[in-house]
Amino acid sequence: MDFSLLAWGDAGWGDQMARGAVVTLAVAVAAYALGIVIGTGLAAMRLSAIPPLRWIAAIYTTVIRGIPELLVIYLVFFGGGAALRAIAAGMFGYEGYIDLPIFLTGTICIGASAGAYSTEVIRGAVQSVPKGQIEAGIAVGMTKAQRFWRILVPQVARFALPGLGNVWQFTLKDTSLISVIGLVEIMRQAAIAAGSTREPFTFYLVAAILYLGLTSFSNRGFGWAETWANRGVRRS
Amino acid sequence: MIDSTATAALVAENIVKRFGSLEVLKGVSLTATSEDVISIIGASGSGKSTFLRCINFLETPDGGRIVVGGEEIRIKQGRSGPIIGDQAQLSRIRARLGMVFQGFNLWSHMTVLQNVMEGPLVVLRQPRAEVHDRAMDLLAKVGIAEKHDAYPVELSGGQQQRVAIARALCMEPQVLLFDEPTSALDPELVGEVLRVMRDLAAEGRTMIVVTHEMGFAREVSNRVMFLADGLVAEENSPAELFGNPQTERCRRFLASVL
Repeated sequence: MDFSLLAWGDAGWGDQMARGAVVTLAVAVAAYALGIVIGTGLAAMRLSAIPPLRWIAAIYTTVIRGIPELLVIYLVFFGGGAALRAIAAGMFGYEGYIDLPIFLTGTICIGASAGAYSTEVIRGAVQSVPKGQIEAGIAVGMTKAQRFWRILVPQVARFALPGLGNVWQFTLKDTSLISVIGLVEIMRQAAIAAGSTREPFTFYLVAAILYLGLTSFSNRGFGWAETWANRGVRRS
Repeated sequence: MIDSTATAALVAENIVKRFGSLEVLKGVSLTATSEDVISIIGASGSGKSTFLRCINFLETPDGGRIVVGGEEIRIKQGRSGPIIGDQAQLSRIRARLGMVFQGFNLWSHMTVLQNVMEGPLVVLRQPRAEVHDRAMDLLAKVGIAEKHDAYPVELSGGQQQRVAIARALCMEPQVLLFDEPTSALDPELVGEVLRVMRDLAAEGRTMIVVTHEMGFAREVSNRVMFLADGLVAEENSPAELFGNPQTERCRRFLASVL
């Protein structure tokens, strides 16, 4: 292996690969945050007393989990681009070529999938919170919002963190799929470097190490978060 | 004659509650003036806990009204019976009714001190320093100050219930509601909780106590209500109710528990 290929600056690919890792991390964090918001909303719908809300949430999770994520990305990117061009042509008479912004598209696609998986995790966690914990909040005069932030969220976090840690891990890895629409993250950058240097093994190995670094580092973070969330729980 | 509804600490009037087709409460009324200690006794299934939970709308009554310190809890008509009319008003009134649960219900992710301070800080928005001092005083009063940094799981049931009482007191409520506060406790831990409750009664707190502790009902309360089948079967001073029950139902119940 030729380590000079990984030099910083013009001589090597080190800085490009590092930049790719930053893009991967950025899109993963954005998609995960979107996923938690979607998952929380859908979990609330799944637990709702109104049947149509439950159905919508069930359909969403079934569809998104049932289609390969790569296909979701293609459908959103090409379908969304075509729709955007049709609107531009129809409403503004613009006939040029428009693409969807790739970072945003990628975030939405991966976030949609993270949302579908975290829905079930969050729903189960909400159901694990004893009813008396919430009743104590009601009795003391807390508003719904106070009960949500002061009691439900900390207790749901305790039950949901292990599952949400898993969702984070595959959200991070799934960002590699966005390379197909041209976002220059780890995977795409490795492919570019591999093609231009004819050293594919070197660059895909570096990519693997970068992913492993990101996942094991963030696993540590989730470990700490779990310890914190489980304060006041008897260890067995 | 003065209108007692306006001056009483708490009035529950003709409370009706149904679960499906089962009518658990068929019109139960109670008036507590300041410093009253009223015990509610009765067999399980008589509706006594449901009645207590209707007072602060943990269960929304299907009929009747609740007036706390002269202010009636607003209700409106929903599609299938009465529903809460004004959430903000209800939250404000709930803050004036301290509740102690059978299962303690201390927030498990907070320490003892945080549990006691939470309501005054979050609901009443009182200054932290002031709340802290009051909370520590109350923890000392219920004999648990040295455990203020512990989590509920590290405490015995009796200790948890004493913290729960301190939590209710820290809101400086006008009325305290106790829902079978000793029923979930091991027998040797019942005494420490009852002792705290006796002290509160002696201070002149207004208390409504659903209980199976006949000794407490007889010695501490100034009035006892006996519920049977969702109705007040008998209501009297403890001396009269325990010494000379008027109804056959009450006689049989007392014979079975004493």
